[in-house]
Amino acid sequence: MDQGFFLLFAAASVVTALTLVLARNPVHSALALMACFLQVSAIFVLLEAPLLAVIQIFVYVGAIMVLFLFVIMMIDVREAVLQRFLPGSNLPVLVLLVLLAVEMLVLVLRSDRFSVAELVATRTGGEVRHLSTTLFADYLLPFEVASVILLAALVGAIVLARKEPE
Amino acid sequence: MVPLWWYIVLGVVLFVIGAAGVLLRRNILVVLMSLELLLNSVNINFIAFGHYYDDFRGQIFAIFVIAITAAEVAVALGILVALARNKSTLKVDEVTMMKG
Repeated sequence: MDQGFFLLFAAASVVTALTLVLARNPVHSALALMACFLQVSAIFVLLEAPLLAVIQIFVYVGAIMVLFLFVIMMIDVREAVLQRFLPGSNLPVLVLLVLLAVEMLVLVLRSDRFSVAELVATRTGGEVRHLSTTLFADYLLPFEVASVILLAALVGAIVLARKEPE
Repeated sequence: MVPLWWYIVLGVVLFVIGAAGVLLRRNILVVLMSLELLLNSVNINFIAFGHYYDDFRGQIFAIFVIAITAAEVAVALGILVALARNKSTLKVDEVTMMKG
């Protein structure tokens, strides 16, 4: 049952990711990315991380995709539709990608650390409560730093996108 | 029960597809979207390991990755809007203003 759902969501996410990379129109890429994020959030649910699944949908599908679609609407994307890939020979890049994939797959499949099929440790109840306690007690400083980074990004985005004063 | 390496392999496949998008596509917008895909595939790994070894740090790290990604996208799209206003191109190989 679990495995069937995992295979379904994984296949859908890989197909939508390929659509993202291969689509001609950036709007189609954005929609494929949104579908891929939905599949990934379903995989988070399979991993018993419901909070992360909800955050994934809120942040990626809700905020980031809307941002992308707004920018696509603001910018004329018609000229970019004509040529999808970088001009010239892409052979070295393809070789590099194949090497990367083979290397990672060999490392993962040949190691016995990744072959666990059952949970190594037993689960305790109260998932979200534990998670928030850990986040706000042990990881308070990184949390504050992340909020400052978000504030800086907010100010920076406004300053960058503003029209230059005459 | 799904074995752990299925999740890792899914992360690897999505990472390679995202890297292909970053390295091959000509449109800056699609390059940025592929970057999102890269970060997301890493999140799958974090949460899978956190789940199998019953450690919350995986999920906490994933939350931080998502926050930093949101900041990165906001700044990148701001730069992109400024770029499109000044240079009126979206092709990555035509943005050579810093070449001197």
